[in-house]
Amino acid sequence: MQERPEVDIDKLAMLARIQLTEEEKAAYGSQLADILGFFQKLQEVDVTGIRPMAHPFEAEAPLREDVAGTPWAPGRSLSNAPASREDQVVVPKVVEDA
Amino acid sequence: MAMEPQSILQASAFDLGKALHKGETTSREICSAFLDRVEAVDDRVGAFLSIDPEKVLSAADASDARRAAGEELSPLDGLPVGIKDVIAIEGESLTCASRILEQFKSPYTGMVGNKLLAAGLIPFGRLNMDEFAMGSSTENSAFKKTGNPWNSDHAPGGSSGGSAAAVAARQCPWSLGSDTGGSIRQPAAFCGVVGLKPTYGRVSRFGLVAFASSLDQIGPMGRSVEDVAALLDVISGHDPMDSTSWAGELEPASVQLHMPHEPGTLGLPREYFGKGIDPEVREHLDKVIEAYEGLGYTIKEISLPHTELAVPTYYIIATAEASSNLSRYDGVRYTHRSEKAADAVDLYYQSRGEGFGAEVKRRVILGSYVLSSGYYDAYYKRAQQVRTLIRDDFLKAFKEVDAILTPTTPTPAFRIGEKINDPISMYLADIFTISVNLAGLPGLSMPCGLSSKGLPIGFQLIGQPFAEGALLQTGLAYESRHPFTAEPEL
Repeated sequence: MQERPEVDIDKLAMLARIQLTEEEKAAYGSQLADILGFFQKLQEVDVTGIRPMAHPFEAEAPLREDVAGTPWAPGRSLSNAPASREDQVVVPKVVEDA
Repeated sequence: MAMEPQSILQASAFDLGKALHKGETTSREICSAFLDRVEAVDDRVGAFLSIDPEKVLSAADASDARRAAGEELSPLDGLPVGIKDVIAIEGESLTCASRILEQFKSPYTGMVGNKLLAAGLIPFGRLNMDEFAMGSSTENSAFKKTGNPWNSDHAPGGSSGGSAAAVAARQCPWSLGSDTGGSIRQPAAFCGVVGLKPTYGRVSRFGLVAFASSLDQIGPMGRSVEDVAALLDVISGHDPMDSTSWAGELEPASVQLHMPHEPGTLGLPREYFGKGIDPEVREHLDKVIEAYEGLGYTIKEISLPHTELAVPTYYIIATAEASSNLSRYDGVRYTHRSEKAADAVDLYYQSRGEGFGAEVKRRVILGSYVLSSGYYDAYYKRAQQVRTLIRDDFLKAFKEVDAILTPTTPTPAFRIGEKINDPISMYLADIFTISVNLAGLPGLSMPCGLSSKGLPIGFQLIGQPFAEGALLQTGLAYESRHPFTAEPEL
């Protein structure tokens, strides 16, 4: 196994917006360090001047005609919402009381 | 009129279509036979997450009524097709085998679903998979384990394990899976069925739940090359709703399949035949090579020198794309919402913490790492550059050969539980299939025999972009001479 990079699991869980238990943090922290060690193989490759590839067949982004369509009725868009009221998704309050 | 249920289960989809056309059976008879089979064996196989028999039979009756009314029908009208639970069909579940989508019902039908319905095909249940298609054994499903029909202690492969197991266990004549790094071909090899990952862009991704958007493709799984070609033709074609959909001409594969063709040159990449291959897989591959020589094909050793970089390259690109794609599961609009959330931001943390399983968490976190400030160039950008090198290896090889022949997997199906706690060893199960997704090429897995323990072994043919017809012809040449007729005992 190659060099094991440092993993700040709390920071990563924050970036990923995932709540982890202490057991999960311990397990994933160690597994991620192993996986990142496994990725080190790529650092040995000379990639000077090689174009990064984002897609198998790179073409210009195609544009559709700008044609008006029929939007979904709100009820359809909200059919899977965990909480809704008056055609809106209900979420916990996001602003502090003045 | 009447076909024995046993003959229905044994027939290829193609032959069932012919029998329907000749009036030798009905869609109701066919669907009933497969529903009875699911009832009889799925408690042991575990391929289905859900199935609604009444809905299936009512669609079957509608097909029979169309036929009785003398309507012009597609040759496949009235045949059932199993669907991996990652493909949207309005009103059906779309769990992706995840708790976070446990209650979700598709509010629309995607392009592949529309094409199936337009061809008169009947969606037949929702098939088990690794959560969000992340895994190689279907053990990452939040809901159930799927056993390999050949030996239930062994994994069916993944992530389309339910789609492969259901076809192998004759619970449906064919099915759809999706393949991001081998998720059709590896389970096809483990379960002894034929599976095709189409060229990137051939099949629309509109209505396929996104895992890694530059790699994902829906593809067919079945019992014969002819069936797989027919189902591919149903689902192929340009879609303005998918910006990466191929807008060029496509030759129907099932037409090309039966055109005369000269045996071409098959390349054997030496990097795929080295250390780490199970001796029985090697022996079977040697027989496949001999078979192709006997059919007049020229065999040529080639090199794909960047092969050993494919697995790390893939896991950087796929996890980066996944961390972005899966940010939509936020507990707000259409997913599981945690009861524990203290405020709006905590809602994200808690809902995702409760809703995602271990492998999904690992990959989303890993993806966040490789995209994070300070690491982006060292991991993500570098992986994209190595991806170019891997693709160029194939382009170079295709100047010398028509298709590439490899094992699909280094070993036959491993045991359930054997790799689940060792992510790197699980990732290496896809070592022979991953490069094909990185390069965007079509890949076909075909069964070629059984190991001494009675587990299927598969080989892979890799083709040139959009040359599925030629690739399937090469597969058919082998299948016609060496049909895989073994059946699992259930």
